[in-house]
Formats: sequence, structure tokens, C-alpha cells
Amino acid sequence: MIKNKNDYLIIKPPSGLLNIDWNELWKYRELLYIFAWRDIKVRYKQTVIGIAWALFQPFVTMVIFSFFFGKLAKVSSEGVPYPIFVYSGLLFWNYFSSSLTNASNSLIKEQNIIKKVYFPRLILPISATVTHLIDFGFSLLIMIGMMIYFKMQLSLHILYILPLLLIITTISSSGIGLFLSSVNVKYRDVRYILPFFIQILLYLTPVIYPVSIIPENIRWIMYLNPMSGVITIARSMFLNTGNIDYMSLLVSLFISFLYFLFGIYYFKKMEQYFADII
Amino acid sequence: MTEPIIKIENLGKKYILRQKEKYITLRDSLNNLIPNLLSKNNREEFWALKDINVSLYDGDVLGIIGKNGSGKSTLLKIMSRITYPSQGQLTIKGNVASLLEVGTGFNPELTGRENIYLNGAILGMKSIEIRKNFDEIVNFSGVEKFLDTPVKHYSSGMYVRLAFSIAAHLSSDVLLVDEVLAVGDAEFQKRCLRKMGQVAKSGRTVLFVSHNMQSISDLCNRVILLSEGKLIGDGKPQDIISQYIDKIRNVADKENNINTEGRKGTGLVKIDKVEFDNLISGEEARIKMYYSSAKRNDKLINCRVAFAVKDLKYNLCFICSTEMYFEDNLQLNPTGILECTINKLPLGEGEYVVDLFFEENNVVVDWLKDSMIINVSAGKFHPGVRQVPKGHEGKAGTLVEHKWSTL
Repeated sequence: MIKNKNDYLIIKPPSGLLNIDWNELWKYRELLYIFAWRDIKVRYKQTVIGIAWALFQPFVTMVIFSFFFGKLAKVSSEGVPYPIFVYSGLLFWNYFSSSLTNASNSLIKEQNIIKKVYFPRLILPISATVTHLIDFGFSLLIMIGMMIYFKMQLSLHILYILPLLLIITTISSSGIGLFLSSVNVKYRDVRYILPFFIQILLYLTPVIYPVSIIPENIRWIMYLNPMSGVITIARSMFLNTGNIDYMSLLVSLFISFLYFLFGIYYFKKMEQYFADII
Repeated sequence: MTEPIIKIENLGKKYILRQKEKYITLRDSLNNLIPNLLSKNNREEFWALKDINVSLYDGDVLGIIGKNGSGKSTLLKIMSRITYPSQGQLTIKGNVASLLEVGTGFNPELTGRENIYLNGAILGMKSIEIRKNFDEIVNFSGVEKFLDTPVKHYSSGMYVRLAFSIAAHLSSDVLLVDEVLAVGDAEFQKRCLRKMGQVAKSGRTVLFVSHNMQSISDLCNRVILLSEGKLIGDGKPQDIISQYIDKIRNVADKENNINTEGRKGTGLVKIDKVEFDNLISGEEARIKMYYSSAKRNDKLINCRVAFAVKDLKYNLCFICSTEMYFEDNLQLNPTGILECTINKLPLGEGEYVVDLFFEENNVVVDWLKDSMIINVSAGKFHPGVRQVPKGHEGKAGTLVEHKWSTL
């Protein structure tokens, strides 16, 4: 492990369970911004297409889901129009799934840099997660448009609940992303399983259906998935489908922290081998 | 002397050799779970570096030489913290910048200007620092006009120039450099060397890995020689470079055989032996390359076989390659002998280093750097009295036929 004592840099074989050099991480924060800036810049380089895609993709998903699940399958939507019901779920789900995918592939994608330059590797998955906040912003515009269209009342809770939900989503996707990105370095076939895993997760999360259709006695299982809590609370907040469940907010926050800690732990454990096996 | 800037103590790096696969997959791991539990320890350990002890002081410019696979790059990688040591300790006073490659992290979609900021940050520069040096970086690179063009439209020369210019403006107490000079055109390489010389003179500690003995002896005040992960020489550039060349000679002398340390390539075909006949300056020289393939019975397709001759400073004299003589898609028997004839050997009296190269269908199957030392005897290349200019005996480089006249 590496220690900075005054001006001395000591490099020796890694030992100990988990030591994160927070000072160093702070010193490298600029690199985190730069990576995020680069990803955003490259994605929105062709500004029109970039932004159009960020708007188009969630919108079309919403239309298709509304048609098949809302109109044909008649999935319950707790009394609000199905399109806005499913969109409020997709809003957070898309942010979660795309940042998770991006974070999981971040190390493999930047293997050339990892092999040639030192910097705290934690930066890569985390910046990959944060980058998708921009897309979230664009998707939120559609949400606002739909709320106006469906004449929804905007509750003031949004001011503090929305940031909290974003924090929960970000730390759980980067936590799981940290874990998966290190597994991905070791086992190169993981990236092929990943889309399938995320697909499954979509159906295990109340995006296209309300959490209320799950039998009460097994509903607690849903809360192992912080996105269940996030989406259910997002609905109470945007659509007034019920009171905000503060208990579930706390549970989700707690669970997402657990995922994050586990992710960091596993990542740090594997970090020493990255350059050798990538 | 005062305290060392860099102190390397008993440093070692161990790799676990896996079987042939380049990377492992989850599927294979699951499949092998049971067999692996039953037969324990089929893993092989390999020490890429072992028991390295070196101390460097302020202003030292250290050259690291050795064959491929001798541990040079591993040492640099540990020092630049890309990989961890398995044992020992390394203490560095001050901050370190490493240049194992130029242009790391360049994004082709971004413009030159944007890449300066991106690459600078990746190399560890603060954005204030980059802004401060921005004009100088641009001037040095000579790409002002294309600053706002995405680098994907750059020529490879421009790309490398920009990349090196950023790297050259890194400020740190210790600089680690790995053969980045092997890129770009000759003129730019010279500029890079000059820049490196300036850095060295400014009193910073520099570590420099290179195959080019010329730049090593020009830049460094001290050289270490690595072989199979061990430090076998440490001293003045001239002494260590001769030690290195002696080492190749010792192995190579045994019945004209080749020194196979640091061999690269897939090993599908191996060059077994090379015979140089009639190595006399200006006469017809014949070179026989014996090769064999243990694994193939069918014809080898699309082959490219070559040898390169370098002087003892590792400056390239010439390359003889089959691709310059045969049509494309040269087919060869899996085992055989190739003969090359040089009509009039353009080398002065002295010793030269030879690299050997064998490629099949765009895959390098055997590549031996510094595989042998050849000895060219004096002859009559030029019709005049003198064969090489005064003071260049034994280091004349390549000879060229030429005439003079007074007008």
C-alpha cells in the first residue's frame, strides 16, 4: 500500500483489509471531473443528436410500455394514467441501469490508461456513474412535461426528496458498479452476462407495476433492492399515489450504503491486480 | 552524499503464470472449479524482478538496460505505482511523474485543445498548471493551426508531437521514461532527446528505459543492467553497455548460436541457428537462417523473415527482409533454411548486433532482439586507401558507395 508521509512516497506490497487514501482521492478530484467532462463532451459532441437521443430513448420506452403493459395487459397503475406511472419509474430506472452498465465496463474500457498511468482507480467507476446525471436531467424535462400534460399537482416535498433519491440511486449503482467492474476485469465474460442481469433486475423492480401488487408478506424482499424504494417514493412524490414512506426511504438509504461499502471493499481488494490482469 | 531521492530495497515482483490463456472467463473458472480442488497447485510462480537494490541521488539520470523480459518495464511500472511489488520496499522523496507512453487516454473525438487538458490531467497535472503551460505546449508541438480539430483527423506525426509536448511539460522531482522516444520522425526524436537532456540538467532525477545505447550513453550518468529479473550490473554507462554486449557475445559465440533470452512471439516457428559466412567488408556475404516448427506440418503462409544489423550503439545499419525480395504471400516449408546474399557487405570492420524476426500471416512467431554479435573483418569496400574516416575505426556505421571529383 502507499502512504504519503510528508514528502515521502513509500511503495510496498499491499497489506491490511481496507485502507482508502482519502487525501489522495481528494487530490485527484480534478481527474474525476475531467473524466466525466470527457464522457459528456464525447456523447453530446453532435449536440442535436446527443440531446435528441437522451430525450427520445426514455420517451419511446414509455410509449411502448404504456401500450403493452398499460393498455393491453392492463397492469394496475394505482389510479394515475399508466404513461406517467411507468415514466416516473423509468426515470430513475434508466439512470440506475445506464450508470451501472457504464461503471461496470469502465475499467475494461480504460485498460490502456490503467496499464500506463497511476491514479486512484476508484475514480473510473465513480465518474462513469456521475456522467449519467446529465441524461437524468434531460429525462426529468419529459417528466415535467408529462406532469403538466396530465395536470399533476407538484408537491413541495420534491425539493428534498428528489436529491435524496438521486443520492440513493447513485451510491447503489456505483456500489454495485464497483463490484462488477472489478469482477469484469478478472472474468472477461461478465460483460456479456451484464445486460441480461440488468434486464432481470428491471422485472424485479416495480417499474412497470406498482409495489402494491406484491403480497404483503413477501414485500420486504423488495427492499433489498434499493431501487424499489426509490421508485415507490418517486411515485408518491410526483403522482401523489400515497404518503411518502420515510421508513422505506431510510431502509433504501441504508441498503444502498451497504452495497456501496461492499463494492468499495471488493474493489480495493482486487485493485492491486488490475494492471497485471487487465 | 545526502539522503537518496529513490531508495529501492529488496524489491521483487512475482507473477502467477496461468496456462496459455490470455485472460480467464467466469465460465472456465466454474468448469475448472472441481478439477482445481482435486489437483492443487498447478500454478507456476515467476519472479519478474528479484532482490533489486538501488539508491539514486539528486540529479542522477539512470539508464535501465536489458533484454526483453528482463524486468525493465516491471521495475518502471512498480515505481510509477501501476502495479504493486510482491516484496521489498521503494521510497521516493518528492513527487513522481511517469511516461510509459505518450498520448495515454487521448480521445480521438476531442480536439487537440481538449486533449491537452484531458491528457494533462491523466498524467497528473493540475488544470492551473496546464493553463499556465498551454501556449508553450502548443508551440512545442507545432500544431497551432489544428488546435480545434478533433485529433482523429491528425496525422500520426502530429498526434505524437502533441502527445509528447504535453508530457514534456510535466513538472516533478522524479521522472520515469520508457522508450517514448522510439516514436515520431527523426527530427522530432532529436528534439525530444534535447528536451530530455534539459530535464536531466535541471537537476531532476530521471529514470530512462531504452534499447538505444546511443541515447542511454548520451543522457545517463549511470546505468543498471537487468537480466532475468536480477540486477547484474550497475555503473558508468560505457562499462555497463560493454558488459551487456559481452553478455550477448558469450552466449552467441557457442557454435554461432543465438542468444534466446527475451525471445518474443508465439513460438510456432523458431529460428534455431543463423550462420554468417564471409563477413568481410565489401565482399559477398551469405547468411543462412535455420528455422523449424514443431507444431506445423503444412506450409507456412504469408511469411516475413528478416534480420536487422545494428552497430554497438544500437543504431540501425540496415534490415534485410524477405518482403523486399519475394512477392507477397511468401510460402515456406515448416522447417527449412533461408539464405540471404548481400552482394557487397556495406559494413566497416568491427562488431555489430543482430535482431532476428519471423512472422507468419501477420502474427509474430519469433522475434529475437540482440540475438547475436557478428564480427566484420576489414576488406576493400572502397577503392581508395582508407575504408573508414579517421577516428571512426570500428564505428563507421553503414558504408555507402560514392565518388568524389573536383569541378
